Amino acid sequence: MTDRPLLDYTLGLADDALVSAQRMGWWISRAPELEEDVALANIGLDQLGQARTLLTYAGELEQEGRTEDDLAYLRDDREFRNVKLVERPMTDFGVAMARLLLFSTYQLHLYRALSASSDATLSGIAAKAVKEVTYHVDHATHWVLRLGDGTAGSHARMQVALDAEWPYVDELFTPLDPTLTRLVADPSALRDPVLTDVRRVVAEATLAMPEVAPALGGGRQGLHTEHLGHLLAEMQHLHRSHPGATW
Amino acid sequence: MSYHWYRGHVYGNDFGTDAPAQDGQAPAHDEQAFAALLADEDRIEPRDDMPEAYRKSLIRQIAQHAHSEIIGMQPEGNWISRAPSLRRKAILMAKVQDEAGHGLYLYAAAETLGVDRADLVDQLHSGRQKYSSIFNYPTLTWADVGAIGWLVDGAAITNQVPLCRCSYGPYARAMVRVCKEESFHQRQGFEILHTLSHGTTGQKAMAQDAVNRYWWPSLMMFGPPDDDSPNSARSMAWGIKRFSNDELRQRFVDMTVPQSEALGLTLPDPDLRWNDERGHYDYGDIDFTELFEVIKGNGPCNAERMAHKRGAHEAGAWVREAADAYADKHARRTEGAA
Ligand SMILES: [Fe+2]
Ligand SMILES: [Fe+2]
Repeated sequence: MTDRPLLDYTLGLADDALVSAQRMGWWISRAPELEEDVALANIGLDQLGQARTLLTYAGELEQEGRTEDDLAYLRDDREFRNVKLVERPMTDFGVAMARLLLFSTYQLHLYRALSASSDATLSGIAAKAVKEVTYHVDHATHWVLRLGDGTAGSHARMQVALDAEWPYVDELFTPLDPTLTRLVADPSALRDPVLTDVRRVVAEATLAMPEVAPALGGGRQGLHTEHLGHLLAEMQHLHRSHPGATW
Repeated sequence: MSYHWYRGHVYGNDFGTDAPAQDGQAPAHDEQAFAALLADEDRIEPRDDMPEAYRKSLIRQIAQHAHSEIIGMQPEGNWISRAPSLRRKAILMAKVQDEAGHGLYLYAAAETLGVDRADLVDQLHSGRQKYSSIFNYPTLTWADVGAIGWLVDGAAITNQVPLCRCSYGPYARAMVRVCKEESFHQRQGFEILHTLSHGTTGQKAMAQDAVNRYWWPSLMMFGPPDDDSPNSARSMAWGIKRFSNDELRQRFVDMTVPQSEALGLTLPDPDLRWNDERGHYDYGDIDFTELFEVIKGNGPCNAERMAHKRGAHEAGAWVREAADAYADKHARRTEGAA
């Protein structure tokens, strides 16, 4: 029988990584310098790789024979389980780096905890991802420091970006389904360690911690922003235009 | 038709004529010493004396090659968000990333000749330096990603493999790395088209349409016919060019026709047939007027490609300024502490 809470949990991690990779892919050929095109492609590729193994595992948990592509391309937005942090537009470099700092710091703590899970598949995926995400945190930190403590203009721009991301941070720490507590990492236990790390970078970047209320609605329950529908329309249209085709 | 105004637009090939390559002619005795060095060593390194014309021509060719890698990210980048499977998305992202890497190696090779990457990029943005015309064609369908990999990367390899033995060491070494990756790209493009041509009717039609549109522009990547390539002789003497445009084009056609048969796709040239006497495929006349229109700026995507590139550069200006300001501050702080 399908373990629905575990399936939803796995889909949540998978969709976070997939949607984030989709936003990251936009930057390739649009970065502020050539080295950054390479770096952002690397990060996007890491996230996409995480999404693929997690979606494949979700398909196994579901026991309906769905592949990574079935899950990525044939679900509608209400069925996606990603947090809203990753789905909103990301065409400003300050926004991209603020979000990457928040998201990758969260992922780092989550994957670290998950690598000790008694679910062997998830712990294996998490252990590999820890190495990748460690680099993402370093990269985001590098830029948040430079943009925060760079020029007066970049400082102001970085603060605006951080403030705009902040309402979507709270959702990262959505409590775990009670049936899973002994099996996998509980996001609600990550609030302190994640915010401690973020606070340190924000302070060193001479920025202020935002004081804004969390946005309502929950991506983990399929209650998304309006942006996800557009993202999926673009991502899925070709696959859906040729039902049953292989690529 | 006259090709005298033909400017280099073929990456890894003919680097055309232009004024900058002509000024600062080296004295004749240097030319002789250089010819002797070439004959002797067959490889010039950055510390070696070299005629100014050789140096400037190389800068132009390498810069144009680097710019082509960078602009070439756009047509395929256009499909990253829509790739029809996650596996294809990952392969495509890695490919476009490779092209950025190629640009980086090549700008580094150009810098060994005493120029700055930032200056070269400025010259691209102002239109003073060119990039390969092939990237001014649009990628209208997913199959175009396959056609570019198969044909455009295939043509690039044909041009670039001989450059692995070119006379300038840093360029030759960059080409060794680049060619390895280009051959992966070519195989991936072939595989995309193979999957499509063995798929549904709609997929096969998509593949054939892409090949129909990319075949002739790919042949044009080798530049004008030999009779109209005034600089080839000089490049050959300098060991930058090893084979003529037409020789390379023929080599590409001979390699590609059997592959098209394996794909089950046709090439849009009724005159294409094996010539037993020559031991090569004959092919029809290439309409170079189209190439010249694209070079003049009238291709389907010239304006978009440059707007995208300049737009990204301008949008990133505040980031680069911030990074410089941060570096200055921290250098001062470190000095202050010392
Ligand atoms: Fe390349
Ligand atoms: Fe390539």
